[in-house]
Amino acid sequence: MSILVAKKVKIGFGENVIIKDASFSLDEGDFACVVGTNGSGKSTLIKAILGLIKPMSGTIEYGDGLTQTTIGYLPQETRPDANFPATVEEIVLSGCLGHMKMRPFYCHKEHEHVRESLRTLGIDELAKASFMKLSGGQKQKVLLARSLSATKKLLILDEPSNNLDYKSRKDFYKTLKKLNSEQGLTIIMITHDLDADDLIGNKVIAISDGVAKIAATAEYLEGRA
Amino acid sequence: MVEMFSYPFMQRAMLVGLMISICAALVGVSLVLRRNSMIGDGLSHTAFSAFAIATVLGVAPLYIALPVVIIASFFVLRLSQNKRIHGDAAIAVLSASSLAIGTMAISVSKGVNIDLNSYLFGSILAVSWTDVILSGFLALIVVALYLFAYHRIFAITFDEEFAKSVGVKTGLYDAIFAAICSVVIVLGMRLLGSLLISSLIIFPTLSAMRLCNSFKKIIMASVIISILAFVAGLMMSYSLATPTGATVVIMNLVAFIICYLLGKIQKS
Repeated sequence: MSILVAKKVKIGFGENVIIKDASFSLDEGDFACVVGTNGSGKSTLIKAILGLIKPMSGTIEYGDGLTQTTIGYLPQETRPDANFPATVEEIVLSGCLGHMKMRPFYCHKEHEHVRESLRTLGIDELAKASFMKLSGGQKQKVLLARSLSATKKLLILDEPSNNLDYKSRKDFYKTLKKLNSEQGLTIIMITHDLDADDLIGNKVIAISDGVAKIAATAEYLEGRA
Repeated sequence: MVEMFSYPFMQRAMLVGLMISICAALVGVSLVLRRNSMIGDGLSHTAFSAFAIATVLGVAPLYIALPVVIIASFFVLRLSQNKRIHGDAAIAVLSASSLAIGTMAISVSKGVNIDLNSYLFGSILAVSWTDVILSGFLALIVVALYLFAYHRIFAITFDEEFAKSVGVKTGLYDAIFAAICSVVIVLGMRLLGSLLISSLIIFPTLSAMRLCNSFKKIIMASVIISILAFVAGLMMSYSLATPTGATVVIMNLVAFIICYLLGKIQKS
């Protein structure tokens, strides 16, 4: 069953068209890596999927009861302030805001959901820890836990391995694969195209000259060789 | 010490000051963490020009200053997030222009008696019971709005793009926050004046950040520090016959130094 279908999506700002045509569909449980050169429009495409940018034309449809506000998003690591004074729990709870509607406070269910997200990623003992005192890898896991609090269906990650050392990156990818295979989460991850080790999903959305095309990872690697 | 609070003007000053200190500490946390500390400065100067123009026109200053500062704060908050425009430059332009407009308005007015010092440095000992009631009402609205929007304000302060992605109406909450900031600044003008009010917003947060690592604790600590600094400042200004606003700022500076040292001890 398709969880996301993009049909002839065109995205840009004013007269500057960044994506001329993005047409692809993702099934439940797919793990797609978005690749392309710098400035090719990878982040622009995922922001359109998240509803942060309105496409100029075309449609993005969500399946299986998914809505824009129940997508888990992990922005580039540079966005949140690494020295922000907050506990891990405070940050991960903010992932539940999409479920709160106009309610001003979190309910018991949301607190439990946060504990579950932290347990899933093996960082439940960090709940009361200060975000600014964590290592780069731990911070990334906390932000991933926040995304997990927002969704049970689709995760979108924008270059999550940036600024992670080799070991932390491998560890992080292992976690993502586990979430994909064991919990059936559909994942879209922007990554660098340079290293085949980064293409950990079953599909690749390659953006070139403003056109986004989808292919199976093996097929994509074959074509690139 | 008890004697000073037998005077009605001191009772009024204490009540208004406490309310403003609480509100200023609340908005200060988000402003400082969003690196928008200087917005308070820019807006207080805008409030100064609005107060001056209103007085020259013979209109109640609050009715002009409040809407003007709300509009200005909304634009300044949006401008500060625009990557193509340098937010600090926009605030500097707003500050200087507002101060100039206010000063010009006062200088061209004839037959109007304006105490420039009270606008620039505050005159909390001159507040009336009507001011106390109005301040109490506005402070209640500020605290209620802040509590209602607390989790959204946290999310926007930490990571605005993520907050948007989970459906937080960042524009709406920015507008609410801008309105809260404006009310605090306009009220705070009576306490510290346009030149010193931004210190009441910034100092308690900076002090609390030396000691706490959680957003909620920083808010609570900054409210406590703000109240203590105000009470100490008011009492000291009475005892030493010093200007109240300046003494409150000095007490905030002392609190910051103490927190800084305690933070160093805590780390070691």
